[in-house]
Amino acid sequence: MAYEVNGQTVEHDEEGYITNLGDWTPELAEVIAKAEDIEMDDERWEVVNFLREYYDEYQIAPAVRVLIKSVKKTMGPEKGNNKYMYELFPYGPAKQACKIAGLPKPTGCV
Amino acid sequence: MSDVKKFLYVNRRAPYGTIYALESLEVVLIGAAFEQDVSLAFLDDGVFQLTKGQNTDGIGVKNFSPTFRALGDYDVQKLFVERESLEERGLSEDDLIEVVYEDEDDDWEEKPAIRVISRAEMADAMADADVVLSF
Repeated sequence: MAYEVNGQTVEHDEEGYITNLGDWTPELAEVIAKAEDIEMDDERWEVVNFLREYYDEYQIAPAVRVLIKSVKKTMGPEKGNNKYMYELFPYGPAKQACKIAGLPKPTGCV
Repeated sequence: MSDVKKFLYVNRRAPYGTIYALESLEVVLIGAAFEQDVSLAFLDDGVFQLTKGQNTDGIGVKNFSPTFRALGDYDVQKLFVERESLEERGLSEDDLIEVVYEDEDDDWEEKPAIRVISRAEMADAMADADVVLSF
């Protein structure tokens, strides 16, 4: 299974998470988002970029509770809450946004 | 759901060479995501898991040392390190990474999560836990 981006194929697993984290590009994020029926806008990019920075620093994709708490701390309570995050990513902010960000499935997600 | 159990994860092995240390950390993160009371103990060669300046380039495995610093975000507030184990290996608290958590009851002040304790205190910590898991 693979995504197609700029004539290149990028492998992913049965749930859509890419196999090699190094394959990620912003263009690929748009492709994954489309497959998830999500239109990327500034607000969604903000979360995706936040997750990539979090992974870079801690080497893990955070669980949803931790993600929302961290967003609250850095971007404020109007963004760091369940309602806002689930509006952006209806199938789970951690699961779906991590997929778009090219990260592994969050630790603790079943 | 209301019963929160005290889990103590005991880490006795060096970080690399076996999968135990990484697996332990994964289980800890999962347990903490389910809002259990989670603390960690490091003794014997397990104290090496928290040493500073780890670089795994030469052995081709993931360096998961930075992940310990995320434990505060998961509300893990207690990382017990046995003083005797450090001393037997020529280490001191200064050789360990910094892990902090934010204290909800103290205006979210950042506090150190690593606590160096004696072997006797470690025994008390184990006796105090409902569930002890050894890695």
